[in-house]
Amino acid sequence: MLSVVVFLPVLAAIVLAAVPRITDAAARWIWLVVTLVDLALVVGLWLAYRDPGAGNLAFEEQVPWIPNVGSTYHLGVDGLSLPLVALTALIFVVCAVFVLRATDRPRSQAALFLFLQTSSLGVFAAQDLILFFVFFDLSIVGMYFVIAGWGHGNAARSALKFFLYTFLGSLALLVGFIGLYLGSAAKTFDMVELASNPPFGDQPVVGGLVLAAVFVGLAIKTPTFPFHTWLPPAHTDAPAIGSVVLASILLKMGTYGFVRIAMPMLPDAWRDWAWFVVVIGIISVLYGALVALAQTDFKRMIAYTSVNHMGYVILAVGAAGVVSDSAAQARQVAVTGAVVQMVSHGLITGALFLIAGVLHDRKGNYDIDSYGGLAAPAPRYAAVFGIAAFASLGLPGFSGFIAEFQIFAGSIGTVPLAALALPGILITAALFLRALQRMLTGETRGLSVGFRDLDRREILAIAPLLLFAVIIGIAPRFLLDIIEPASSTIVDLVSR
Amino acid sequence: MNMQRDTLALLPEILVLAGAVIALFAGSFLRRDRQFVTRSVAIVALLLAATAAVVELNSPATTIFEGSFAVDVATGAARIIIPLATILVLVLGAEELGGSARESETYTLMMLSALGAIAMAGANDLLVLAAGYLLASIPLYALVGMSRSPGAAEAALKTYLVGALMGIAMLLGVTILYGIAGSTSYAELQLTLGNAPPAAVLAGIVGVMAGLMFKAGGVPGHFWVPDATQASGTAVGAFLASIPKIGALIAAYRLFELLPRSVNGPLLVAILATASMTLGNLAAFWQTDVKRLLGWSTVSQVGYLLLPVAVAGQADLALPSLLLYLAGYAAANITAFAVIAALPTRRSIEDYRGVAAAHPWLAGALVVSLLGLVGTPPTAVFVGKLTTFTAAWDGGLAWLVVVAALNTVASLFYYLRWLAPMFARGGADVRIPAPWHPWASRAAVMGALVALIIGIAAGPVLAAFDAPLVG
Repeated sequence: MLSVVVFLPVLAAIVLAAVPRITDAAARWIWLVVTLVDLALVVGLWLAYRDPGAGNLAFEEQVPWIPNVGSTYHLGVDGLSLPLVALTALIFVVCAVFVLRATDRPRSQAALFLFLQTSSLGVFAAQDLILFFVFFDLSIVGMYFVIAGWGHGNAARSALKFFLYTFLGSLALLVGFIGLYLGSAAKTFDMVELASNPPFGDQPVVGGLVLAAVFVGLAIKTPTFPFHTWLPPAHTDAPAIGSVVLASILLKMGTYGFVRIAMPMLPDAWRDWAWFVVVIGIISVLYGALVALAQTDFKRMIAYTSVNHMGYVILAVGAAGVVSDSAAQARQVAVTGAVVQMVSHGLITGALFLIAGVLHDRKGNYDIDSYGGLAAPAPRYAAVFGIAAFASLGLPGFSGFIAEFQIFAGSIGTVPLAALALPGILITAALFLRALQRMLTGETRGLSVGFRDLDRREILAIAPLLLFAVIIGIAPRFLLDIIEPASSTIVDLVSR
Repeated sequence: MNMQRDTLALLPEILVLAGAVIALFAGSFLRRDRQFVTRSVAIVALLLAATAAVVELNSPATTIFEGSFAVDVATGAARIIIPLATILVLVLGAEELGGSARESETYTLMMLSALGAIAMAGANDLLVLAAGYLLASIPLYALVGMSRSPGAAEAALKTYLVGALMGIAMLLGVTILYGIAGSTSYAELQLTLGNAPPAAVLAGIVGVMAGLMFKAGGVPGHFWVPDATQASGTAVGAFLASIPKIGALIAAYRLFELLPRSVNGPLLVAILATASMTLGNLAAFWQTDVKRLLGWSTVSQVGYLLLPVAVAGQADLALPSLLLYLAGYAAANITAFAVIAALPTRRSIEDYRGVAAAHPWLAGALVVSLLGLVGTPPTAVFVGKLTTFTAAWDGGLAWLVVVAALNTVASLFYYLRWLAPMFARGGADVRIPAPWHPWASRAAVMGALVALIIGIAAGPVLAAFDAPLVG
């Protein structure tokens, strides 16, 4: 079943790519229908999901693949991956809706995004390091072609930078995986087995070096300070839905890797270096927020707030490794918050990038100061924009608040130093309020004159994301019930 | 020794040789416009040879002709990969070579050179290795020189001079090893080299390795590769960039597996590997001619292929990973040449602007091929890189793995320089009319599919290659 969810999109992509007779309109509708079917299947999985218990997986599938290196085709989900699988399925539906009237090579675009959907779902469902790496790498390839093929501005250069930088990260990750394989007692790439029998327990130096390779690989993808420099140009020049997938899904692969691979498989090294991770997290939070504050380009600003938001996740997973006497509860709250933050950031930042995409569709310009008083000509746009901005700055009632509250409650409970990251929330609030004030309020001027309001298609794309952000903000239990058992397992694995 | 049995064990080689001879004779009696018959003869002979090799792969490993030739998994792999890769080269060259002045001679020379490469792979005696070297090299000089392009004469001369020099170094190395061991047989060498003075062993090995690096196209014998791939025809370029190195690298593996621990063979190979991959990548960075770019890229690929050679016999994965990488490399590399052959009017990277819109299948094949050469999953070279990296780390060369990983990132840059213009917006460049080359296009798509299939079905392939060498 899980295989069907993962591979259905790419099968459709192959059909779309191989049959040139499919018209543009048909291609767009096939894309939308396939993503909707996939989403329906994921909803089915969600409803059928029962917590499998520590060290087990739901909807597990395992077939031998490369026995010589102990690699199997192994899929499965648990409380850490199921929310991200669901997020992925939702985001790709939203993308298909948003470009339902696009005219720029829709058949190739649909095929490429369906391919990207399979590789993204695969990353979150994979339970074998090689399989994980295959999907991880293919997502980079897919995103390269999205940016290079449908981007604007200096797209070729940004795409190249993105590819080279993240490819460096993926190779660091591969080297780390080889280290895990060679260190494992059973000589395996199986993630479940590696987590239950972590290697390098008695070799802190080798374990530290392997963790360094894995950490660099994941940190580039996340991205954290100082590996974030590929992100702003990639976002700025990517097409709107490319930015959405990049921010909502691809960045999560990095943070997901921390909780799925780095923490359970290298617990000793993770505990040794947890302080370092906490510091990187705090720097990312503050640095991302401050640089975002200085931006005049709206899309670049959102890109830097992603560095800030991902910084909270890094802070939380770092704090979860600082094992002290009685803070197991706090650490579990921090990890739960980190997973909720991944989902929440995916929803809210996805919406914000679509909102930015509307700016580009209408006026071809992201410059904050070129707009003013947008609320008068485009009230619906202003309302959606406002909701998304408030959600992103962590206002209670939205998913971001649930996530960041848990992260801070858990992290400060473990590492009081984590309170240093609190100003990040203030700065983010300031920059969003300032952007709202400059772009929406006041006299209608500059590019705002004659700004067409959101149409039905755009609202249909953006609204579901914000709706889920509100639902998680008000009634988070349905999500927390799934995440909490898994995060408590992770905390146990790290502290053993 | 049973002469009849030994001869029968050489059936694949005999089939290739017979194909070459028949192609040569048939070619001298056929009219110019009927020469394509010789191509069919060559393809049938190679196909039969590969089939015979598959059958023999299941029989137990042994040596024949008094231990001078090994019939084991490595020879078996070479006997399968080399003929099939040569067939792919013949198909991609169907339009280019068809009706040309020396069509049947080209096929004959390719088959003889392929035979030499197989002989190198199977050689279990230094003199057989030297004979294989000459058989693989001499047709190559003629192949390079045969295309009458302005650079061909220079490239042929360069290939010949480097080949002659490295060949002499090889014979010198053979002489030294014979002098200290009293035998040229690998079985004897294995017994006696351990007690020989390490410096002398090292000198001999360096000499033999010089010859092998010429054939493989790695540092220090790489000077001819970019010139020869650029100046010769596309099919010949594909052949010389892909096939001789299969034989040479398997031969190098055999040699280093029998080397005693008193000589630091792994370090020697690791240095050559680092030099090859780094130099090949740096030189490829700013190339604009696609064939020359591929020429330098093969130099860097030899560097990665030397990783398992460096840990020969010290990691379980070393031999299967080398054989798998060779198969995947041959498929991916020949695919890239097939795309060039299908678009003969496009010579520089810029000429490929807009190819994706005009020729989506060729563009797809080139993406699979070039990203495959980088090592992007799920292509064969990805599994090759994964397993060679694992083997090298397992054998104690973790630093070399890091060097290889960094070089892989660097190589992405120049492959993307070629790929990116293809997908650039704006229609195809109409100034360049593209004659339709169906066979080259089919070879490209077929090669890309093979590269993908070997990657996805890597499990059975690795398992088939997972057997110890004979001796």
